[in-house]
Amino acid sequence: MTSRSLRGKTAIAGIGETTYYKRGKSPYPEFRLALDAILAAAADAGLNPREIDGFASFADERSTPTRLASALGLKELKFASLAWEGGGGGGAGALGTAAAAVATGVADCVVVWRAITSGSSRRGVGAGGSASIQGDRAMWYPYGMISPAQMFAMRVNRFMHDHKIEASALRAIAMASYTHAQTNPRAVMYGKPLTEAAYDDSRYIIEPFHRLFDCCQENDGASAVIVTSAERARDLKQKPAYILGAAQGTSYRFAAKAHNSPDYASAGFTSLAPRLYEMAGVKPEDIDVLQLYENFTGGVLMVLIEHGFIKPEEANDFLKLENLIAPDGKLPLNTSGGNLAECYMHGIGLQIEAVRQLRGQSAAQVKNARLALMASGPMVAPTSNVIFGTAETL
Amino acid sequence: MAYLNEELPVPLVEDDGLDAPYWEAARQHKLKVQRCTQCKTFQWGPEWICHYCLSYDVEWVEIEGSGRIHSWQRVWHPIPASLKDKVPYLIVLVELPQAGNIKMIGNLLGDGSQPVEFGAPVTTVFEDHDRGEQSYTLVQWKL
Repeated sequence: MTSRSLRGKTAIAGIGETTYYKRGKSPYPEFRLALDAILAAAADAGLNPREIDGFASFADERSTPTRLASALGLKELKFASLAWEGGGGGGAGALGTAAAAVATGVADCVVVWRAITSGSSRRGVGAGGSASIQGDRAMWYPYGMISPAQMFAMRVNRFMHDHKIEASALRAIAMASYTHAQTNPRAVMYGKPLTEAAYDDSRYIIEPFHRLFDCCQENDGASAVIVTSAERARDLKQKPAYILGAAQGTSYRFAAKAHNSPDYASAGFTSLAPRLYEMAGVKPEDIDVLQLYENFTGGVLMVLIEHGFIKPEEANDFLKLENLIAPDGKLPLNTSGGNLAECYMHGIGLQIEAVRQLRGQSAAQVKNARLALMASGPMVAPTSNVIFGTAETL
Repeated sequence: MAYLNEELPVPLVEDDGLDAPYWEAARQHKLKVQRCTQCKTFQWGPEWICHYCLSYDVEWVEIEGSGRIHSWQRVWHPIPASLKDKVPYLIVLVELPQAGNIKMIGNLLGDGSQPVEFGAPVTTVFEDHDRGEQSYTLVQWKL
């Protein structure tokens, strides 16, 4: 392993979230929600919010670091960064950037966050509503290929075809999120369990592999984590969740225009996963719990395979609900309910849940969880991922 | 007649002109893509440089309008909502073996409920959209 590594040098010391709302239902504007989540994360850490000195977020974030720093009366802003492109695919990348800034002494307490309200963002409103389009999107919008579901469905369909994977594998991924949400009162889908029959009967958004329950929600809310040095985290209130490794990027020409990725039927992690494991110094079989960004369940399937948790030919047999749920499943997945059933905070909620698992604070706790892997934004470019560990793993 | 409708965004030539030869050729019912004059690598979508040998000497060549279905999707949920009378419709990703296996996105013309097979051979159909100064032609595909 190279000495130029993030391994164990930083940790998430605080986590914070607002109430999670259905899309369009937040009583507060987006920036107010961002403040709420950041202050909650500072309180969770036992950190004076005035000690925050950096911000790292990812594509499409609108609450800007300078406004946040001014609103919060920060003594000084030392670091502000945005992971480019790929929407939610930058979530773990933002965390890695924050960790790099802290590890190298650029800043001391860096917030990674997402705040979303549909009212202020117009998210989902502009798609296809404009009169004209140019560039790469001119190669797909005129064909009615506009929504994220439409942009990713053909990667999934090709993968399912190549490996003869059945829809039941995707159903198990959706069921895992919904099952875990029933133990998590923060989850938007708390009290709304999903049955296999309801999944099978749900309408197609896109045929053949995007039923309604394969698609994430759209929500209002905000969530934030605070990254600080390992030394400082040990002096704060909570058990630190150490960042053992983080990776971001794409494989060779994965973002080639008009869906010309050479490795087309992919979630985009084939080059990242080996880098992540090398930095973290762990193997897939060491990981205790997974938080994998579900934009669509087909993406999660490919993430599982590209990170070495299962082989393609094992997918039909292994991807059953009992293998994916806490506390006793072989591979507990999205234990808060994830993007499908807790809340779609573009993956920051999944980072928070990874931290809760390592602290022993999850509503669907995995026994003795020491290593957690989180992956952001399957099928987009770039993607990113991170491995967290407890003190015992350092 | 358009496979979808006239309410979708009008594709315009990029401000920097990079893809102008593609759209101009389509108006003339020809299929043109990029090929490097140095290493002969085909490239799609267009770029200012050859990704394989980094030559800037990339030319536009006319190719035969045929390929095979690399992947597909049948859209049921209309986005934008103006497509509600058009669902289900089919989007295909077509691989062009005669052009270095570049891939192109289009609709598979015909009944949106028809069965689709991976690898099925398809040929180009040029679909004219006559909207005055904003007229354009889409490259579509049929079995």
